[in-house]
Amino acid sequence: MDTNESINRISTVSKVLIYVVLGIWTVINLFPIYWMFTFSLKGNDEIFGGNMMGLPKHWLWSNYSSAMKTGNMGLYFLNSAIVAVVSILIVLIASLMATFAITRLVWKGRNLMNKFFMLGLTIPIHSSLLPVFLILKKLKMLDSYQSLFIPYAAFSLAMGILICSGFMEDIPKDLDEAATIDGCGTWKTFFLVIVPLMKPAVSTIGIYTFLQCWNELMFANTFITSGRFRTLPVGIQALSGQHTTDWGPIGAALVIATFPTLLVYIFLSKRIQDSFIAGAVKG
Amino acid sequence: MKKKITNGINVFLFLLPALVLFLVILIIPIGLSTYYSFQDWNGIGEMKFIGIENYKTVFSDKIGLGPAIKNSIILAALSTFIQLPISLGLALLLGKGIKGERVFLSVFFMPVLISTVVIGQLWLKIYYPEQGMLSILLSGIKFGSTSIEDLIVNWINNMNAKLPIPKPPYTSVPWLGNTYTALACCFIPVLWQYVGYHMLLLYAGVKSVPPELREAAKIDGASDGQINRYIVIPSIKSIIKICVIFAVTGSLKSFDLIYVLVAKPKVADVPSTVMYTQMFKANNYGTGSAIAVMLIVLCFAFALIIGAIFRKED
Repeated sequence: MDTNESINRISTVSKVLIYVVLGIWTVINLFPIYWMFTFSLKGNDEIFGGNMMGLPKHWLWSNYSSAMKTGNMGLYFLNSAIVAVVSILIVLIASLMATFAITRLVWKGRNLMNKFFMLGLTIPIHSSLLPVFLILKKLKMLDSYQSLFIPYAAFSLAMGILICSGFMEDIPKDLDEAATIDGCGTWKTFFLVIVPLMKPAVSTIGIYTFLQCWNELMFANTFITSGRFRTLPVGIQALSGQHTTDWGPIGAALVIATFPTLLVYIFLSKRIQDSFIAGAVKG
Repeated sequence: MKKKITNGINVFLFLLPALVLFLVILIIPIGLSTYYSFQDWNGIGEMKFIGIENYKTVFSDKIGLGPAIKNSIILAALSTFIQLPISLGLALLLGKGIKGERVFLSVFFMPVLISTVVIGQLWLKIYYPEQGMLSILLSGIKFGSTSIEDLIVNWINNMNAKLPIPKPPYTSVPWLGNTYTALACCFIPVLWQYVGYHMLLLYAGVKSVPPELREAAKIDGASDGQINRYIVIPSIKSIIKICVIFAVTGSLKSFDLIYVLVAKPKVADVPSTVMYTQMFKANNYGTGSAIAVMLIVLCFAFALIIGAIFRKED
């Protein structure tokens, strides 16, 4: 009885300790995000006047309108969204088709082709930076949406194929055979039988590609030379160069760039986590 | 026969979009980078083949790649020996199965999704000299009449006074503006952002350990620590290996955060920022490409070495 009690006491103490550790780490994780939201609504008088960490006393929504007007965040948001959507579409089409060829069609060398595509998981963007810049320059495509969505799509492709293969292998082969017997050709089978069953893969790939495009800096900083096609990461850098002393609008810009991601995460946290696990374990 | 040909055409057509993208954006550029790395070229004039001259420049003191590689290796070591143990600790705590495990997991993973530029800008504000949060916090913690901030300022001033060309003393710590604290200040946001990433991967591993194994060990009287030490950690070794490889190659490739935090003062370069300067500021396409090629080779080499170390452990 005595030993049981002491064991119980130890386990209660250790339980409390575990929650203290997890609690501290939660605060460390959330504090900078909380701080970003609060200082986006403060003026310099509050940020530097002793209310650095508290909730804003006067909610300064004008920071957001000045981020939109002088910082052009509205345009950059739109640019980022366009680039992300088109990249996602390209990755989806290309990876669904390639995966179909690799997992459903019978031909020599399909395993080798799969391995070849999986190389893309480890190739860093550094080796493409200058050559792609020069190719785009030659084709007079610098400073355009396509100068970003084509490279972004290419770099998310390996992951797209990896995710697609996982889901496509789960679709029973009998379905293809039944479709063939019903007179469906290869293309009809692909579009009418396989693609409709790939919905979960579509959302996983969509989220993964979105995150890659939305946050990318190196390509965007190099391939976009004017303000017209800037994406959010580059736009924020430009804004912070202009407003070195006025922090509120920068905070607002940071929130504008971050809230779509956090919103998606709140609704799809499990799926997002799974896509990261899948990419790491096979890559 | 006819069927075979249509099948062949179909295979080709289905692969076409992916293959074109992949070749043009990923594979051919590797070849082009390698080719440029043997040329003297500023992008406008004629290319001139100069053999391995660019690689000699890269490894000389001229462009500051040595210190940059040193910095990225320090970052890699800090990531491996500070970040990963924290991630592993959290993964083991959460993987044991406690109340609210999913909520904690989701919160800890959240920073991974935020743009590195946003995180860099956020920390730029935290590190703002004198009036930033870190300075205010550290000048508040006092031993007698000297605060931690004072101690650090004095230390930096002492170090600067010993330089061949002494620098004027600071009155507050320029966190990102001096060579002694800049790198550490870059590591803290990295730690903050990526602990959650490694934790997620390790957590997935911990969860895949069969619960019966855990139960059996518990019945045999093993403590939580022993279960982790002898059952869980050995069975997630392959994931630990992946995390080490990611931490090391990620540090070698890091660009965004360093670019945002210390691009202007140029106090803590990493190979990518040196590469970027060579390519787009100095227009030395050859030298820049040589750094790019070297980075890829280094990343693959480190991945192989780490893999070999883990195999030897078995």
